[in-house]
Amino acid sequence: MTGGITSPGAGWRQADRGPATQRSTGRKRRRGRGRHRGELAMVDDVEFTSYYGRQIVKTPVWKSPDVPLYLFLGGAAGSSSILAALADLTDRPALTRVARYTSGGGAILSVVFLIHDLGRPERFLHMLRVIKPTSPLSVGSYILAPFSAAAGATAAVELLGWFPRLKRFGGAVAAVFGGPLATYTGVLLANTAVPSWHAAHTQLPYVFGGSAMAAGGGIAMAFTPVEEAGPARKMAFAGAAIELAAMHKVENDHGILSEPFHEGRPGALMRAAQVCTAAGATLTAVAGRRRWGAVASGTLLAAGSLLTRFGVFEAGIASTKDPKYVVIPQKERLAARQQEHADTTTR
Amino acid sequence: MTISSASPAFTGRDPDNRLYGPLPDVTAEAGYEEEHPKRVGFFTDTSVCIGCKACEVACKEWNTLPMDDSHGVRDALGLSGMSYDNTGQLGANSWRHVAFIEQSRTVDLPMPTFGRPGDDRAGSGPSPAVAGDDVSLASAQQSVLNAEALSEFDPQTGQTGADKQIRWLMSSDVCKHCTHAGCLDVCPTGALFRTEFGTVVVQGDICNGCGYCVAACPYGVIDQRKDDGRVFKCTMCYDRLTDGLQPACATACPTQSIQFGDLDELQERADARLATLKAQGVETARLYGRDENDGVGGDGAFFLLLDEPEVYGLPPDPVVTTRDLPAMWKAAGKAAAMMVGVAVTAVLGSRRR
Repeated sequence: MTGGITSPGAGWRQADRGPATQRSTGRKRRRGRGRHRGELAMVDDVEFTSYYGRQIVKTPVWKSPDVPLYLFLGGAAGSSSILAALADLTDRPALTRVARYTSGGGAILSVVFLIHDLGRPERFLHMLRVIKPTSPLSVGSYILAPFSAAAGATAAVELLGWFPRLKRFGGAVAAVFGGPLATYTGVLLANTAVPSWHAAHTQLPYVFGGSAMAAGGGIAMAFTPVEEAGPARKMAFAGAAIELAAMHKVENDHGILSEPFHEGRPGALMRAAQVCTAAGATLTAVAGRRRWGAVASGTLLAAGSLLTRFGVFEAGIASTKDPKYVVIPQKERLAARQQEHADTTTR
Repeated sequence: MTISSASPAFTGRDPDNRLYGPLPDVTAEAGYEEEHPKRVGFFTDTSVCIGCKACEVACKEWNTLPMDDSHGVRDALGLSGMSYDNTGQLGANSWRHVAFIEQSRTVDLPMPTFGRPGDDRAGSGPSPAVAGDDVSLASAQQSVLNAEALSEFDPQTGQTGADKQIRWLMSSDVCKHCTHAGCLDVCPTGALFRTEFGTVVVQGDICNGCGYCVAACPYGVIDQRKDDGRVFKCTMCYDRLTDGLQPACATACPTQSIQFGDLDELQERADARLATLKAQGVETARLYGRDENDGVGGDGAFFLLLDEPEVYGLPPDPVVTTRDLPAMWKAAGKAAAMMVGVAVTAVLGSRRR
């Protein structure tokens, strides 16, 4: 009666030839396409099972471009606020002004995008109902709220030319929250079940921190007279280097979970981001002291940062849509644990 | 209380397993008084599930969930086109989902013996029909063998040879009400909360639709209702529990595949059931979500499965994302300090004017 169930042993296979229920990942081969890094993590041909090829984790409901833009603007605003406060202390009025406008504008716009992304935007104040260290979005709200208030107010009084002492205080408050604002977004993405984001959980804050400095420094470079923009150039260059180095690790350290960063649209975005950032950094070093060079390299760095945010965002989205990114790493983890268990018991 | 209780996320010191690991009394950990009710749960024994979907219907009826198709599109009537399963997945509008899988395998069954019953019995005398009838017996055997060969031919696969077995797996999936619930951890508004029964419930009047829980659930359970903006998932019929009733799905289940009760009692029952099945030779049977040492500290709703979890669309080794949150906060703090360091160096390293 229950012959199928009571028969010992496995060997059961999906009976119908439905959509890719049992399939192999297919070995990824890279054709020699010029200057791409050759050491893409090779993924062995692994067979895995899924429920009719359906995804296991849900795809985040966060909207594009709202969230990538929020990540970019928050990052640029955060690094600009630090730059503004330091430029203010070292008496660089033009750089201070530009960085404060970037910081204030970015802060206000990022709040707008964040609220627009909510399913119930009118309830955005519910974010401040509780404070939860286990929720990066809660912590982030308590970073973003004071930051945007301080940075926005500082930019406004800069524009109006009122209250110089209050301006310096507001700028300092914004600078305190600027760094956390730029890097917490890495935690925001990583603290999810999205496979490719979570795998890079200790690296994404550095990617976003570097990217934020590249963007903030780049924007400041483009709008500040070159003789005052030295700190912006240096910060932008260092940020770009950090962004490229950290992103390189994200793209290569995680085996199959690094794959979405190379494939399809997110792959194209990531490659474009690398080209922009690398070109921008090079141009900063070569021609950053000339007006045209500063504008061009600043634009390239900001574009690179923006593309990085879109690329990382979309790679994570892509990793939720294929069950292999959930099943294969978790099966490997289980197998490793069993192996470990076997090793300890036989010893 | 709130600050100290929340600190493991920042410090990484978690002796009480607030983020990860076994947690004997999840309700007390959430802040309820001593005399809170016992933790309740579901034990879904898929070996007796008949795929009737009474649980899905009861859930929709009781919770007045809107109709949706197999991709979660609301007010759409659509067939999945893949199996008897047209619900497809758990989501904002489907809080129970009966998975359906048809499987086959080839088996080498022992060849049946030919001749009349008892012929091969040792010591039995020659049967009367044998005498002088060897030729007809041989031809009869031959024709039987042909028939046997024909019966092995499967016109659908065009293969002959070993026998093929078919089985249907059916399993009613539901929110797991994890001990360490990712959705609950990451909810920034406090809309998700732990009830006095140890279950996890969304407060509809608080949720602002940020969607963080959707991304944080390792099982892909909770989802946003697009036209509403808020998120929805199984409440384990919180309203019924407070009135001393069982959840609608467990009440409707005709085969006791869905069992509701105190979690510790269900766990005992599940262990006994697994032992019974193992004794009957069902070697592929296993419990899923029963182990309190797993990545989510054990599930409030756990399962007896007859194949690997991923066959049913369940993650093989789910881990609550907040387990790694201390490492992430540490990285973010260092990265923020790095930004300040780089900026200070950049400013100090530049000549004024």
